[in-house]
Amino acid sequence: MRYAAQRLAQAVPVFVATTFLIYAMVFALPGDPMLALAGDKPVPPEILNTLRERYNLNDPLIVQYGLYMLGLFQGDLGETFTGQQVSELLGGRWEVTAQLALTAWIFELVVGILLGVIAALRRGGFADTAVLAGTTFIIAVPVFVVGYTAQIVLGLNLGLFPTAGTEDGWPLSYLLPGMVLGSFSLAYVARLTRTSLVENLRSDYVRTASAKGMRRRRVIGRHALRNSLIPVVTFLGVDFGNLMAGAVVTEGIFNLPGIGQQVFQSIQLQEGPVVVGIVTVLVMIFIGVNLIVDLLYGVLDPRIRRG
Amino acid sequence: MTVLTRARGAAVFLSAVLALGACGSSGEEPAGEQSGTAAKGFSVALTEPDHLTPGNTSSSYSINVLQALFDTLVVIDPSGQPQMRAAESVASEDQKVWTIKIKSGQKFHNGEAVTAESFADAWNAAAYGPNAWANNYYFANVEGYDKLNPEAPEGSEEAPKPETDKLSGLKVVDPATLEVTLTAPFSQFPITLAYTGFAPMPKAALSDPKAYDVKPIGNGPFMIDGDWKRNQLIKVKRFDGYAGPRPAKSASIDFKIYASRDTAYTDLRAGNVDLLQTIPPASASEAKTLLGDRFLATPSGTMDYLGFPVFDKRFENADLRKSISMAIDRQAIVNAVFSGTFKPMSSLVAPLVPGYREGACGEACTYDPAKAKELYTKSGGVTGTLNLYFSNADPSYEQWMTAVANQLKQNLGIADIKFRKIPAADYLSTLREHKQDGPYRNNWVMDYPSPQNYLESMWGEGNRMGWESKEFNELIVQANSADSMEASIPLYQKAEDLALAEMPMMPLWNWQDQAGYSDKITGVKIDAYSPNLDTITVK
Repeated sequence: MRYAAQRLAQAVPVFVATTFLIYAMVFALPGDPMLALAGDKPVPPEILNTLRERYNLNDPLIVQYGLYMLGLFQGDLGETFTGQQVSELLGGRWEVTAQLALTAWIFELVVGILLGVIAALRRGGFADTAVLAGTTFIIAVPVFVVGYTAQIVLGLNLGLFPTAGTEDGWPLSYLLPGMVLGSFSLAYVARLTRTSLVENLRSDYVRTASAKGMRRRRVIGRHALRNSLIPVVTFLGVDFGNLMAGAVVTEGIFNLPGIGQQVFQSIQLQEGPVVVGIVTVLVMIFIGVNLIVDLLYGVLDPRIRRG
Repeated sequence: MTVLTRARGAAVFLSAVLALGACGSSGEEPAGEQSGTAAKGFSVALTEPDHLTPGNTSSSYSINVLQALFDTLVVIDPSGQPQMRAAESVASEDQKVWTIKIKSGQKFHNGEAVTAESFADAWNAAAYGPNAWANNYYFANVEGYDKLNPEAPEGSEEAPKPETDKLSGLKVVDPATLEVTLTAPFSQFPITLAYTGFAPMPKAALSDPKAYDVKPIGNGPFMIDGDWKRNQLIKVKRFDGYAGPRPAKSASIDFKIYASRDTAYTDLRAGNVDLLQTIPPASASEAKTLLGDRFLATPSGTMDYLGFPVFDKRFENADLRKSISMAIDRQAIVNAVFSGTFKPMSSLVAPLVPGYREGACGEACTYDPAKAKELYTKSGGVTGTLNLYFSNADPSYEQWMTAVANQLKQNLGIADIKFRKIPAADYLSTLREHKQDGPYRNNWVMDYPSPQNYLESMWGEGNRMGWESKEFNELIVQANSADSMEASIPLYQKAEDLALAEMPMMPLWNWQDQAGYSDKITGVKIDAYSPNLDTITVK
């Protein structure tokens, strides 16, 4: 419990520093966001000024940031340049991204570990080579190629999945994008599991357990695999945060109105409050997930719990 | 993000329908060529709009929706001519004071009558500086605009609050008559009224503008059905109280919002969306084969130009500018970058604009490398590095600029060419502040089909090229105050000839819109001014 509280206290400076950094970075982007909004058309200077005033763009960085934080503590995340409340905007989008990330995460967890175990047990055999080749291929191909190909072949031509959008709800609408998004990390999970398991299978305690006459299934499941999963759990933990933040391309291809799309759009429009709002929540997710991972270590390896 | 601005309208035939409109009551089925069966709905692919308040958006995506929700005073028929829609007539003796008569019997979706005041209110709100609406600038030529947009006093950034919130140039004579006084004679005024920025708004819009922006109340054949679901869906349904000339032939339209055009196109192929108006140029030939006669190519008013920084001494010589124009093979670039869908241009205005002359530019826009080289050498050529400017808003800009650079290298022997790729947010201020020191990409999306919209906006006073021609400006003033639109055309053409002879900016090509639709719908009549969604029926 004290451990958890300590971790939470550490999060406060991280939180302040990240939000300020992000705010400063958006602030430093070249160009005038209000002019960019106007496109090719002329805008009278008076109108530009009114808009800048409305979004505090005329104030120095530190004042803008201060005003933003003040609003944040009153539960006001600010508004976008099109006049929508940021809190309202994020509300709808988090749902989409969380569902997508969860689908991808379950996919890489289940299939990745399964492939890794099979490859490790059949080391040097056909299954091992196939997993190695397959994962190399997936890592090498850019995600938009995988995305469009999967969409056109599996969605359009074969009709196995919906092509785009969220109309069919979870899980159907999220299966294909989830698999595309998760495929990249799946390759890592499979390889990590394989390497780690292969190493553990050679270690003394496994040999001892086998020598004592313990059944092979129990040796692998109860002893070798459990130990092998520690690095995998670390990766999966950090990756959940990545999946939440890094789905820009996948969300675009499958037309999922999630966080990734929003961050991309807001950075282009230089909407400081939106970018900071999203990053703030992302930072909290990262901190939360890492906390859970640390606690999970204890379950997997009692030595960590005591130390 | 590229914000496209576009005024669109559609053909309309008044007469008989007009009379029906006058006696139609709100509960009645609208008159029209409707079949007896219950009409069904269809879906349209859209990019997320910015606003849905007519005075506060110039995004073509917003306008797409607004054209279903609103009837503007005037619309533009496929031949580019204005036709009356919500207006009975728009007339003026001196092109300065305009009298607009409004058809009676029209209603907003909430039952409120559409009167001269509905227009005056909407226009005042758009012109009122502190509102900072996107179409504010469109009212700059109405008398009293300055009072609503006071300048900041010297030394201060903050503009004072306007003393009034009403344009003195707008006078509601009676519920059916609006009198508009402009600051100067302007013969093209009726055409400008087709732009959705001039649509009427009911009282409810003024009392709660925020709610109105997500749930606009219009006077068109469709009404909004529930709130706008950001980034996902805008639903509209047929307005049964509609008494105008274009009742909806379908029950509803779902505007499905896509972040990527490629995805929207895939969804059209999968049958998940019925109409896509922006098929990516790269997919054009495939779509043609796949969709057959359900593929529609419509010339648009959008043009690309290459502008010269005439204010820079190195580009002072008109012959030098012409030689660069003659050294560029427009057709080859169109074929390579836009799959041959765009049209190489030899005129400053798009083909659909009244007064367009094919080949107005003549020799100066005709690809002739030998003559170009001769003229280039004679003019002394470009000294130092030739910088080419464009923004990073779309990858195709760099593609065609690369082609331009290669042709200039090959045909004129300019060895030292560099690209200046500017962040989109910074591009226009670079041009406005005359920071470009080489030819730059210039794009224009037509607001209304008048040569004035092109010529005065891009070559008029304070232009990006720094080109100054008293004669040109005088011709524009003369044309603007001509007795009629027909009489103004020769004057605009004279001005165009002048701009072409000095070539401060050369025309490149005219865009084409590519649409496709599913086999579920019929009656698709897209033109350059409107998607005419009211004419679509569902099988």
